[in-house]
Amino acid sequence: METNSYLDMELLRFSTAGSVDDGKSTLIGRLLYDSKSIFQDQYDAIEETSRRKGEENVNLALLTDGLRAEREQGITIDVAYRYFATPKRKFIIADTPGHIQYTRNMVTGSSTSNLSIILVDARHGVVEQTCRHTFISSLLGIPHVVFCVNKMDLVNYSEEVYLKIKNDLEAFSSKLNVKDIHFVPISALNGDNVVNKSENMDWYQGSSLMYLLENIHIGSDYNHIDCRFPVQYVIRPQSEKYHDYRGYAGRIAGGIFKPGDKVAVLPSGFTSSIKSIDIMDGSLSEAFAPMSVTITLDDDIDVSRGDMLVRDNNRPNINQDIDIMICWLNEKKMLLNGKYAVKHTSNDVRCIIKEVKYKININNLHRIEDDKEVNMNEIARISIRTTKPLLYDKYINNRFTGSLILIDEGTNETVGAGMII
Amino acid sequence: MQSYRLTHLQELEAEAIYVLREVASQFENPALLFSGGKDSIIVAHMARKAFWPAKIPFPLVHVDTGHNFPETIEFRDQYIKDIDATLIVGSVQKSIDEGKVIEEKGYSASRNILQTVTLLDTIEKNKFDCAMGGARRDEEKARAKERFFSHRDEFGQWDPKNQRPELWNIFNGKKNIGEHFRVFPISNWTEMDVWQYILQEKIQIPSIYLAHERDVFVRDGVIMSTTDFIQQRETEPTIRMKVRFRTIGDATCTGAVESDADTVEKVIEEVAAARTTERGTRSDDKRSEAAMEDRKKEGYF
Repeated sequence: METNSYLDMELLRFSTAGSVDDGKSTLIGRLLYDSKSIFQDQYDAIEETSRRKGEENVNLALLTDGLRAEREQGITIDVAYRYFATPKRKFIIADTPGHIQYTRNMVTGSSTSNLSIILVDARHGVVEQTCRHTFISSLLGIPHVVFCVNKMDLVNYSEEVYLKIKNDLEAFSSKLNVKDIHFVPISALNGDNVVNKSENMDWYQGSSLMYLLENIHIGSDYNHIDCRFPVQYVIRPQSEKYHDYRGYAGRIAGGIFKPGDKVAVLPSGFTSSIKSIDIMDGSLSEAFAPMSVTITLDDDIDVSRGDMLVRDNNRPNINQDIDIMICWLNEKKMLLNGKYAVKHTSNDVRCIIKEVKYKININNLHRIEDDKEVNMNEIARISIRTTKPLLYDKYINNRFTGSLILIDEGTNETVGAGMII
Repeated sequence: MQSYRLTHLQELEAEAIYVLREVASQFENPALLFSGGKDSIIVAHMARKAFWPAKIPFPLVHVDTGHNFPETIEFRDQYIKDIDATLIVGSVQKSIDEGKVIEEKGYSASRNILQTVTLLDTIEKNKFDCAMGGARRDEEKARAKERFFSHRDEFGQWDPKNQRPELWNIFNGKKNIGEHFRVFPISNWTEMDVWQYILQEKIQIPSIYLAHERDVFVRDGVIMSTTDFIQQRETEPTIRMKVRFRTIGDATCTGAVESDADTVEKVIEEVAAARTTERGTRSDDKRSEAAMEDRKKEGYF
């Protein structure tokens, strides 16, 4: 790899989902192995383990199962993160378990992904879990979805089988909010269409999975229109040289900011202009999502953590009564009229659960209106009222300002993942 | 039209700086673990960036096994002076002297595992509610399961099967009294990213990361530096080789690799061609398949 080309690579985060035994771990192992991202000592270690367990081939799945309990039970318990790079891109894989009780892991792993790979077993076609994974990808607003129809070797590389599954997937996906969908017939075990084009499926004219991963356009995945800057930390050096310096540090959640821009500080509503956008190496002529910068203003106004800088003429919603889709993550069910701590951008508030409007059967997307008890791994549309107004956008417009988490105030555990409607 | 995109290093840096600022906001008394190794150096570098022009608003903490490469300590002291930071040293030797831990015996004795006790002691004594470190998920399979914000109970233990879900970039640092957090700002970086960043930012590193002539001996296929802390067997003669270190830990368990890479650029070429993981030179990980998981549960980094 050339030193210089590496300095101009993009980052793509993707998650992988599949049912038990769909060959997900094998696929990841294959991507790592064929892109030469597995090191000899790692390979030797899993070869040794495979041999000890009496397995015929080297079990690439062992690469991703990091915890002792996972290796013992041969299942993946928790989201594991894997890394590999090609000369074009660096990849972060969130490998999420496919078991029914682990929906929360898929939601977690998908929350930062640009792309979702959903595995479908060619022998079984579209099953409940496929629908669930597709729905969660859509709910989490993942911009790109790639369906890998796996184990094509076990259906004689049949085009007919592949097309039937592709049609089913298209029909189901049309009901969802997924912007960009791709299909690839693969055999993770043999490597067909994973990194290299398969010789066993000459009827397939599309590209290999790796080609897609390297080339899918991700430049528009961030919101570069609506300017949002949640203030994370106030920098006051109190040193001789920077005696009067007052900088607002944070990560741009949307839009493009430039010095001279007129901005409003919310919730106070005071307006000012951007004096400078600073980083340690100097000042910037513009900054955009998801950069971490420090902004100074022309006027001395009161700004603190939790406030948001926006363009005067493009403001987010400001409201205490908010409707969200919630994925419940905890064994303790959600309490109607219960109070929870809320984290949203750089804000900490509390909320009360006012109403459960309906739950969603994630296998067929039907609304459930007669049972409103929200348990772990369930998804529901609810209304909350917060102790002070949140500054937010709809989740579909901005994943940073449209997402929040609920925290149990007794245990401090993160119990709910909310997407603002 | 201009394209608004970041390179992967810029995006990783933006993420790490965001995490560092989140720590400074959510915790009352955080600390940054600083070993003088390359990973903790880049975290310190980004901490400077995160709070510039103010100073880093937390101390740097070194858990000192006493079995250091002298180059690392020299570097550490100079670096702290250069960036005008506060250094707190937790000493494993002191833990041994106080009888809190018992030194391992024999040829492969190492103080690496003893660090856990000293680390937890240092956290308790200074009332740190958050200890940040430069651990990366790509280093080791148990670390691949780690969160950015990792909760520790009052005994400093990690419960990998019962971790808080971590969504988007919202980090939940809420805890009860006596509990603390470990936070890993460079979770998503790989060894290659770290080296590229060192090159891009022209960051100073201890000289032993680059190839140099050194007195070494070979044990179980690993090249070890001769030091006062390791007992060589008669079958392990001292030889002179050109080597460098891929990781810097306790001198008793950190192996070197034979190398001609005497510049950062050459190191990057070497890393790109490497066929073993960087922790492949760490004998502490090789004690069992779950060595890291077991140590981490007890409170190791």
